[in-house]
Amino acid sequence: MPFIPHTDREVAAMLATIGAGSLDELFDEIPPALRNAPLTGVPAGLNEAGVARIMQARAARNVPATCFLGAGAYDHHIPAVVWELATRGEFYSAYTPYQAEASQGTLQLIYEYQSMMAGLTGLDVSNASLYDGATAFAEACLMAVRASRRPGARRILVPRYLSPAYRRVARALLKGQGLELTDLPVRDGRTDTAALESVATDGVAAVVVMQPNFLGSLEPADALTDWAQARGALVIGACNPTALALLKPPGQWGTRGADIACGEGQPLGIPLASGGPYFGFLACRSALVRQMPGRIVGGTVDGEGRPGFTLTLQAREQHIRRTKATSNICTNQGLMVTAATIYLSLLGPVGLRRVAEACHANTRELAATLSRCPGVTVPFRPFFHEAVVQLPVPVAPVLARLAAGGILGGYDLSADFPELGHALLVCATEQRTPEEIAAYGTALAAALDAPAMAAAG
Amino acid sequence: MSEIPADLSYTREHEWVRTEADGSVVVGISDHAQAQLGELVYVELPEVGRVVEAGAALAVVESTKAASDVYAPVSGSVVAVNEALNAGPELVNGSPYGDGWLVRLKPSAPATGLLDAAAYTQLVADESH
Amino acid sequence: MREPLIFEQSRAGRGALLQAPTPVPPSPDLPASLLRSDVPPLPEVSELQVVRHFTRLSQQNFSIDTHFYPLGSCTMKYNPRACNRLAMLPGFLARHPLEPEAHAQGVLECLFELQEWLKAVTGMAGVSLTPMAGAQGEFAGVAMIDAYHRARGDHARRQIIVPDAAHGTNPATATMCGLDVVEIPTNAEGDVDLDALRAAVGPATAGIMLTNPSTLGVFERRITEIAAIVHEAGGLLYYDGANMNAILGQVLPGAMGFDVVHINLHKTFSTPHGGGGPGAGIVAVNQRLEPFLPVPMVGQRDGRYAWLTERERPQSIGRLSAFMGNTGILLRAWVYMRLLGAEGMRRVSAYAVLNANYLLARLRDAGFTVAYPGRRASHEFIISLKDVARDTGVTAMDFAKALLDRGVHAPTTYFPLLVPECLLIEPTETEAQDDLDRFVEALVEIRALARRDAAEVKRAPRTTPVGRLDDVRAAKQLDVTWQSRRAPAA
Repeated sequence: MPFIPHTDREVAAMLATIGAGSLDELFDEIPPALRNAPLTGVPAGLNEAGVARIMQARAARNVPATCFLGAGAYDHHIPAVVWELATRGEFYSAYTPYQAEASQGTLQLIYEYQSMMAGLTGLDVSNASLYDGATAFAEACLMAVRASRRPGARRILVPRYLSPAYRRVARALLKGQGLELTDLPVRDGRTDTAALESVATDGVAAVVVMQPNFLGSLEPADALTDWAQARGALVIGACNPTALALLKPPGQWGTRGADIACGEGQPLGIPLASGGPYFGFLACRSALVRQMPGRIVGGTVDGEGRPGFTLTLQAREQHIRRTKATSNICTNQGLMVTAATIYLSLLGPVGLRRVAEACHANTRELAATLSRCPGVTVPFRPFFHEAVVQLPVPVAPVLARLAAGGILGGYDLSADFPELGHALLVCATEQRTPEEIAAYGTALAAALDAPAMAAAG
Repeated sequence: MSEIPADLSYTREHEWVRTEADGSVVVGISDHAQAQLGELVYVELPEVGRVVEAGAALAVVESTKAASDVYAPVSGSVVAVNEALNAGPELVNGSPYGDGWLVRLKPSAPATGLLDAAAYTQLVADESH
Repeated sequence: MREPLIFEQSRAGRGALLQAPTPVPPSPDLPASLLRSDVPPLPEVSELQVVRHFTRLSQQNFSIDTHFYPLGSCTMKYNPRACNRLAMLPGFLARHPLEPEAHAQGVLECLFELQEWLKAVTGMAGVSLTPMAGAQGEFAGVAMIDAYHRARGDHARRQIIVPDAAHGTNPATATMCGLDVVEIPTNAEGDVDLDALRAAVGPATAGIMLTNPSTLGVFERRITEIAAIVHEAGGLLYYDGANMNAILGQVLPGAMGFDVVHINLHKTFSTPHGGGGPGAGIVAVNQRLEPFLPVPMVGQRDGRYAWLTERERPQSIGRLSAFMGNTGILLRAWVYMRLLGAEGMRRVSAYAVLNANYLLARLRDAGFTVAYPGRRASHEFIISLKDVARDTGVTAMDFAKALLDRGVHAPTTYFPLLVPECLLIEPTETEAQDDLDRFVEALVEIRALARRDAAEVKRAPRTTPVGRLDDVRAAKQLDVTWQSRRAPAA
């Protein structure tokens, strides 16, 4: 029987020990009227070779393409070591490290992860991760409201070019607690510091700075941080972790630094995999640690003075604090954090910075290539590894044409940001070659040149 | 058996209350409460000047196994907090009725519903069954 | 032996630069004011050092692949390797979440089928796969109940009823949804107290959150009456699927009267726990909650598979993840369900319940105190070590640690809170009788040692990389990064 080791003889002996006549009798406390589960539509079992055939066929039906699409998930090289190690059974099939003595591997790894993320963000402490970037953002907002010194403050000021995914998830998760997101003024693809004077800040718990923002543009993080903190608001930095090796980290923004940082961890060794599993990171200054949701690992010693690691500050969590917990979250994304910690160990400070610089250089090259197409402009600079490209015609049919030619041409911005016109968000990570970038330029020119396109324009 | 001094008042939430000569009220948690929680690792104290209603959360006492709210036994404003607990939360364990006090309030209305030592002793006895 | 931190193995100028792209000249586009001026504190180590370090760390873990892991309420069953291998085929990994549907038909087909199969095993009308963990599934469930009442203009329903035996996530979830929690007691037999339930329901009742079998390891026998009481009061029933492994293919939650169900795929459908995630907490609902399911879902359009979003489903409670939840975990569950088939699923619960009842019988015969002796165990059960603790001072925690020295991961301790000095034991269907017998012998041996030399039990564990750790110190002298050790004053 699949994954069940019992022999008939053992089953008989076990039933005799129990004093039951059959397996069926073990369900005798369930009202008979409820004992009916036809499982209609569930197929019969199939052996491993058969299931493998189906999955290989379906994997092959997924169309390969050259990826110039980012918008929150990025196509980076993942060293072979990362998943060879992360899928070792001792990591893969362990539970949450509640029994610390039997989980020192996972615990030390999370401690190392926390150290890396605190270091990358320039803040004091990091938790053991959250589900993804969008949920980390929502949790950062909730945390800011709890930590705010303004009683009753439930408003968060966010950039207009906040990730639409973050905005949607935050809306779903924060609605029940009455939090409200309000947009900051924009100009030239980023928050307009000159227009901040007119922004009302009463009832504001926090101001969000997304660096780079969803359009890839670099925000005036120093000025925004100082402005927000001078008005008694906390500052949440939403960041791309690759960029943190190159760009000034939240903990160093402005005079005092941001208070909280969050973001999507996927770029750190996690496959794109149709959207998940990824992980979210969350870091803060030490003064806010008791408002931080999720697991935290701390160092301590055992009875003989030997150093070791354990989950700490658990009294904040749902299994103890129940209705007053910082969040209902129980898990982190342990396996993803395992991969990310291995990834960051392999890359180190030099390697991660090179990845960031190569992404930036490739995206500059891509922007230059695409802007050579007639009628195509790149309106906003500076950017990190994504850029807005404005087309002379609607974006959707162009993307469809590119996709048919094996190119994922980018993200159509016109639904989320109609004020940008026929705007496309493109990305070239370190994975893209000069030949691929040139080919995209050629394909875009051809797509724009097509008669149907010209008519649409 | 836990210590329950006869000269203090108590709440059903295992807090003790002492009215001072100047009319202010000192609040702490009982010996029974600290024993139930285990060694405290953190005490969250309110800001001086904060105005609280009777029954509202005033402070949080946290051990490795539990975090409990401490409720205001009377309405009033916070006039002092025990700053020594920031560095030494375990003072509450060692001296719950002395150095381990939490908050001093200036009441805006008289306290109601407090228990005397005998009634609190009975409450503790009832709860341990 | 202690494995040094990866940072302690770092040497400036070392690295695994084969993994990094070739350097490029500095960009003229980026002003210095935007750039990082310090070097982030990441380690500089060789590839071999990385491999050795993380291999050694892995060897300091107990896991299903290395140890019997009877952790109650967690369903630590074997995670078939085929599930991992097939979900990690390159054709599934190299898929951008925002790619056109036409490129992703293979993965969408798997997700669509998974939705259909999960409808069948829950007896429900609709499924959304997006919740990324049980806690998110709970959130989705309670948010849908709230949305349902609001959509009918019934704004008075602000209370969620939760039995006192419930997992802490239930009340925490209700709070996140902005609802108030009303706790009701459990009777001596481990069932919900129906009189207390009747007294608790009313026009303010949004719903009730129940686990069945409950966290006490017994089936809630009067579930049909409970459903009637709650429904008559205008509330809805939420099924916490934490214990679905006990009834898979035997009873449908829909038939018990539940309106919404979440299932932890990382328990019942054997996706990995990964040292604490990623999980997947899918939700299934009946007709009346179907319009409110979180998006995206997968549907069929013009003979192809397609995403269903806010556009097609305007009453949805919205999105719980940036993209499509933990897709890779969903694919692992698809493989597991396809390997098992309908008959294999029924066997899962039958043998999980057999193993639990066998262990219970053996431990009862060995003189241990069973928490609910008159009851059939579900897939798990509770023993109380209250008597041993009273006689010897050796507690449930001491037993847990002593088990580690005998090569067994500890059962769940001190949960549920209702039973003093308890062990919640869940063997799962994938353990053989020999392993169960060895577990009984280990507990008997520890009890004998407790009576003879309690201090010796309290010294456990001695075979693990560290002994019992000082939790108070960990919480008071916070040491949560390597940087803080180097510059404690900073």
